[in-house]
This record gives sequence, structure tokens and C-alpha cells, in this order.
Amino acid sequence: MNDWWWVSTLAFGIGLGTPLVFATLGEIITERAGILNLGVQGTMLVGAVAGFWATFNTGGGFGLFLGVIAAVIAGALISIIHAVLSITLRVSQIVSGLALTLFGTGLASFLGKAGADPLVGEPSRATFQPILEGGIAEWPLVGPLIFGHDILVYVGVLAAVATSYYLFHTRMGLSLRSVGEDPASAESAGINVARVRYIHVMVGGALSGLGGAYFALKIVPTWQDDPIGAAGWIAIALVILSSWRPYRALFVAYAFGFAQFLELRLQTLGEPWNSIPSTLLAMIPFILAIVAMIVVASGKRARQLGAPAALAIPYFREQR
Amino acid sequence: MAMTKASPHSGDGLAVRLRGVSKSFYGVRANDSVDFDLAWGEVHTLLGENGAGKSTLCSILAGLYRPDSGEFLFDGEPQAFKTPKDAFAAGIGMVYQHFRLVANLTVAENLALGHGDLGVRISQKDLEARAAALGERYGLPVDPSALVWQLSVGEQQRVEILKLLYRDARVLILDEPTAVLTPQEAEQLFKTMRQMAAEGRSVIFVSHKLHEVIAVSDRVTVLRAGKSVGAVATADASPKDLARMMVGRDLELPTREARDSYGDAVLAVKNMSVLGDRGNEAVHDVSFEVRSGEVVGVAGVSGNGQRELAYGLVGLRPPTAGTVLLDGDDVTATSVLDHIEKGFAYVPQSRLGMGLGPGLTTEDNLGLKAFRNPPFSIGPWLKAAAFKEQGATLIDRYDIRGVRPGLPIRLLSGGNLQKALIAREVTLEPKVLIARSPTRGLDVGATEAVRNHVLSERDRGTAVLLISEDLDELLALSDRLVVMFDGRIVGEMPAEDATAENLGLLMGGTVSEAG
Ligand SMILES: Nc1ncnc2c1ncn2[C@@H]1O[C@H](COP(=O)(O)OP(=O)(O)OP(=O)(O)O)[C@@H](O)[C@H]1O
Ligand SMILES: [Mg+2]
Repeated sequence: MNDWWWVSTLAFGIGLGTPLVFATLGEIITERAGILNLGVQGTMLVGAVAGFWATFNTGGGFGLFLGVIAAVIAGALISIIHAVLSITLRVSQIVSGLALTLFGTGLASFLGKAGADPLVGEPSRATFQPILEGGIAEWPLVGPLIFGHDILVYVGVLAAVATSYYLFHTRMGLSLRSVGEDPASAESAGINVARVRYIHVMVGGALSGLGGAYFALKIVPTWQDDPIGAAGWIAIALVILSSWRPYRALFVAYAFGFAQFLELRLQTLGEPWNSIPSTLLAMIPFILAIVAMIVVASGKRARQLGAPAALAIPYFREQR
Repeated sequence: MAMTKASPHSGDGLAVRLRGVSKSFYGVRANDSVDFDLAWGEVHTLLGENGAGKSTLCSILAGLYRPDSGEFLFDGEPQAFKTPKDAFAAGIGMVYQHFRLVANLTVAENLALGHGDLGVRISQKDLEARAAALGERYGLPVDPSALVWQLSVGEQQRVEILKLLYRDARVLILDEPTAVLTPQEAEQLFKTMRQMAAEGRSVIFVSHKLHEVIAVSDRVTVLRAGKSVGAVATADASPKDLARMMVGRDLELPTREARDSYGDAVLAVKNMSVLGDRGNEAVHDVSFEVRSGEVVGVAGVSGNGQRELAYGLVGLRPPTAGTVLLDGDDVTATSVLDHIEKGFAYVPQSRLGMGLGPGLTTEDNLGLKAFRNPPFSIGPWLKAAAFKEQGATLIDRYDIRGVRPGLPIRLLSGGNLQKALIAREVTLEPKVLIARSPTRGLDVGATEAVRNHVLSERDRGTAVLLISEDLDELLALSDRLVVMFDGRIVGEMPAEDATAENLGLLMGGTVSEAG
């Protein structure tokens, strides 16, 4: 077992990376439409509470299914706030996104404590389990790495494949990219810019919501005020690291999940590893997120990395 | 494509009929009760000064702007387009003054964009095959797999026109298409336009070049200050008549008066090389001089190193080799600010962005080079009153129209932006004035004004370097001409020896004056 500790670390990393896969893909889709949504953190929390609540009130496999549906719907609905503010009212997308995060965080915390039987402190009535037990799931190396996961891990991989295909091989994907690059040109080619943006902000929110639910129904399956850490912020950073590309998003999200698990693991490995202060390691994602924000803010560097040209710029048709 | 489609006209045979169409922006009436008739099968020019409302009218026809009031009939049917998509569906398409292509997509993708009859799935190969076939059918060859930003402006325009034909537009609106074309490309475009008209489509054309207007169009509608002042058939009109209808007075484009002695060399460039955007050597081993009181014209097809030449001279991109001397002082490696303080003035090609701060007011823009010194600032404090006062003087002296207090300069029309830019550069009394295509896109009145400003700088003793693609302008203003091709100077001649023909040959790189 000890020889294989890094295999299990990698396997856990994939698990920890999965909510990041969903949120990062969601934000890629949103940003590809030219909308920067800094509300990912809030959206994930709302997805988490919705998913946890739906599963808690039903239980079992079907409960998990309902949890996923609830999270997706909640994520899509809550992100309409950002869509209205940034697309229709043309508010600064930074301000609007931050507002969404504050609102979502508060809402999730409130819903967790509301009612006669608050959710807070309750364990989930069902959690996601590996699809396969024994058999090939126990084979060395490939077992834990490839066959030992629960269904959402595979859904995450499929989502990356689907997003990539959608972006680069479908008509809607072409419209989406053109809207993010140059809304004025897209509009004069007959594309309804506002509609494309609304749809993809909502799709992005749905995926973020799903990512949040994965925390509550798998990673930390007891409701608590802060079930997702800083995952939403990390996802925004990962979008940049992935250069707005779905397959790279898969890769960086797993790498990040792996790094997080490694951080926990180091503590158990004895000297000299456990002498690295864990608070120092815990800072890494935030440092990364700050660097990512700086990159997005400096338009030119972001363009070189592949950011959509119209990212975060409100579009107004009759503007000169 | 079967062209019978364009013929079924209703009653009056008009493609478009506008009555009393108005549109205001921030209280300015860009279109003020405009009447306009477009017949099927004609090429119809909209003529007017900068800011007269031509682009606004075109944008209303193309569904981009919604008119505030007025009647709009298309093929006899009342229309109220909400978006460009509606206009496309009806059969009206437009090539905008500032192209509307997505720079980071390929030609094929741009053509396919928003096109309804594609399936859900698209493959690059399919799109490219369609694009190539379309280009072939209309004799407008394009490379379908090229990214739009890699194309020359002429090629980008071809893509824009193909976009309209791809959707079988029956009315094609071309807003100042020739402003960015070489004479040969323009000639090719006129052929395409005539072909469209012959097929029964209608073409709306906007241009400030009167000889073009007369050569290519059947009728002209003149706009003045947002109002339509009438329509004439080009068969009955001379360039002079049109100019008079447009500005309400006679005007004559100024040309330089020859002179036989010049001052000393003010600007001397020796063996200068400058890198291009992709690290290639865009300017190679260039040497020339500009004397006091002399206009040296730099002719060349766009993209042959003119931009980098200017960058190298004004300090925006330090040359990799060679020297630039101002009055004998080496200024090669100094900063842009040093250049300004030593007496360089620069009128770049892109007025908004490089030349002017789009979001600042006109007054602030006019003070943007002098603001470091009194009276515009005292120590760290800016003096608003000084900006105001200078603004008022310059706006008046240079006849900058459309300025609204407190509003950003980007709302001005092209001609007025250019006048503001020149006003700012010239008011510092520079020793060297470097101007790139200073009258591009300007109406005859504004062109006259700008040319006069350039010539009065020359007469004041400034060394003027005029970098332009417009041969008429170069021949009218330059005392001496050099020709650039592929980053090198391939010819140099006094104005007396220069003709459009011999310049054209040198510009094409087919011949070079050895030595
Ligand atoms: N989107 C806009 N917002 C604000 N003002 C505008 C807008 N579009 C046009 N205007 C104003 O309306 C007037 C007419 O502008 P328009 O662009 O139609 O002129 P034009 O005839 O096309 O001029 P040019 O020859 O310079 O292209 C100008 O005063 C301009 O400043
Ligand atoms: Mg115009």
C-alpha cells in the first residue's frame, strides 16, 4: 500500500478535482460569451445547498439524482441575476459578479439554517459511491485511477468532451465564440447577442451548481456553512490556466485536486514533510487566484493567453 | 444563384422608399426627416460631409439602428427592423465603415456566422469548401482557412461582400468601401458593384471621392447636416456640382506652390531598420532627408513598412539599426516624450486609440501633449481654465464641428476627429510633422482644410513627412517623393518627375530604380 500511496493520491486528486472541472467548464462557457462571472463561488454554494436539500428530503440513488437536478436548476436560476445585471443593465461585470457571490454565500448559509429542522450539521442521506466495486476497480494502477470512481467523475470527463465539441464543431458554438470575440460583428451577422449571452451564463451557472453539489454529496457529505472552501475562486483561476479550453480545464482541475490532496497527505508522511506549515500550503490556491485576476485585468496579457476579446466589456448596439 | 429573385418588384419598382426618417443621438439629429428612394438595379451614392448622417442612414436600413420616426418601405412593404437579422432576412445587407468581422475566426467561419441553413454540426472542411466555392462564383478569391486578422484590408472587404452574397442580399450597402483600397482594388470593387446592379440588385454606395461617385453610380442623394437636400442623376453632374450641393459653396482642393529653395535638412534618417509586429524586419536600411519647408511624400501600398517607419521615427519602436537625426542631434534611442519635446509631431493613421483618447473630451484631447507645461499645469495641478481656453480657440480656428461640452471625443465624425488631431499636433509648432494618410475618409471640405493645414506647416518651415496611399494627395502636396516597397525605399524623385503611372509601377515592386 505504501508503495502505491501516490496512486491513491492521484485517484483522490481526480475526485477533488471533479467539482473544479464542472465549475471551470461552466466559467469557460460563460466567458466564451464575453461575460466574466465572478459569482462562481456563490453559485456553487447555492447549488450545494439545493443539491443537499433535495437529496436529504428523498434519499437513496434517486435522491442523488434529484440532488443533481436541483443543483443544476438552482445554479442556472441564480446566475440569471448576473445575466440581467451585466447583459441587460450593462452593470460592471466585476461588481455584478462579486454581488452574486456575496448573495449566493449568504443565501446558502441562510437556507442551511432556516426552518424547524435546519440542515446544518446533518449528514447527507446518500452520497456518491464508486460505480464498480472489486473486479477491475481493484487492478493495480488503472483500477483506482480509471475504474474506481463515482458516476459524476465520468460525467465531468464527458462534459469536457461535450463542451469542446460544442465550442468548436457546432453552429451554436461558433455563434458563442463570435459573441465573445466581437459582439458587434456577431450581431450584424444576424446573431442575437443578448440571447446567446443569457443562455450561456445560465449554462455556466448550471455547471457551477453541479460542482457545488458534488462537494455536499461526496467530498464533505455533512451540511456545513462552508462546504466548498474557495473552489469557486479557484475555478476562475483555472479558466485562465486552461486558456479557455475544455480539455486543458480537465487537466488543470485534476492537477489542482491532486495538489490539494497532496497537501493533506504531506501531513501524514512524517519528517521532513510535515514540517511545512499547512497554512502556507493552504494559501497557494489564493495566490494563484490573485495572479489569475491580475492576468484577466491586464487585457493584453489575457488576449495573448487566449481570452475572448470582448470579455467583460458590456455591449451596447448603438454605441460608438 | 438564380438572379430572377431580385426582380419581382411591387408597384413603384422601388427597392427602398424612406419618408421623413429621423434619428437622434444624445440630442444631435444625425438624420433629420430624410427622404430617400432606391430603385432596383441601380448603384446609388449617398454623399455628404463628415457627420452628415450617411452611416446613420445606412445603419437604419440595415436594421442596426431603429429610427425615431419616419416611414420605411422595402419593396413596397412597410418595415420595422428590430435587428440586423431582420434586415438580412428581408434581403438588405451592409458592409460597415469599420468592418464587422471577427478577427480571431477564419474567413470560412465568418462567412458561416449566423447563417441559418447550416446544420447543428459544422466541420471546418465543409465551411471552407463552401467559402471557396462562393468566392469563385463571384470572382472574389479568398483564402477560406486564413484568420481574418491575417488578411489585408482589401481582402477583409472581399469577405464582407461575400458575407452579403452568401445570404443573397438584394440590397447591398457599402459604407465608404474605397477609403481603404488601393486604386486597383477599388477598380475591381466597382466591377463587382456594376455586376450586382446588372443582376437586378441595388447597391448603396458611400464615398467622398467625387470622381468615383460619378464613375460608378447612377444617382446621388446628398445629405447635409442630417437632412436630404435632393437627388441627382450622375449623368447630369460634375464633381464641382456635387461638391457645391454637399457643402453649399464652391471649393477647390489646394495643391502646393512650387518653390525653388528649401532650408537645411531638419530630419535625417540614415540606414534605419525597424522590426515589424512579428519580429520580421519591416523597415530595412532606409535613408532619406526632409528639409525645412519641404513636404516629402512616402508612397506605397499599405503594409510595406510605412507604419513601422513612422514608429521608428517618433520613438514608438526603437530602430534596430541606423540613426535618426533632428537638426543634427541623434534622437534614435530616445523616448517618445523626448521626441515630442524636441519637436516631433505625429498624426497616426488610427485617429481613435493611438491619436486621440476616445473617452476624453475634445478639450482634454487638445491639451494632451502640452499638459505637462504651464499654463496647462502648474506643478502637479492641472488648470482646467487653460484647457477650456485653448479648446475654444482651436475648435474655432480649425473648424471642429459637433463638439458637445463634456461628451467624449469619440462621438465626433471622422473628419472632425482628424481636424482635432491635427490642431493638437500643429499648435505646438513642431520642427517635424509626420502624418499618415491624414485625409483618409474625410469629406472634400475637411480634406481641403487638412491639406491647407499641412501646407501652412510647410510654409512655416516645418519639415513634413507625408506617408499616404492616396496618390492624388501625394502628388498635390509633396515637393519630393520616395516610394516604399517591402520595407525598402525603391525610388526617389522630385515632384516634377512624378506621375501616378511611374509611382504605381514602383509601388507594385515590378520595377525599381537601381541605386
Ligand atoms: N452611435 C452614435 N452615438 C452618438 N452619436 C452618433 C452615433 N452615430 C452617429 N452619431 C453622430 O451623428 C452624426 C452623424 O454621424 P454619421 O456617422 O452618420 O455621419 P457620416 O455622414 O457617416 O460621417 P463620415 O463621413 O465621417 O463617416 C454625427 O454628429 C455623429 O457624431
Ligand atoms: Mg460614416
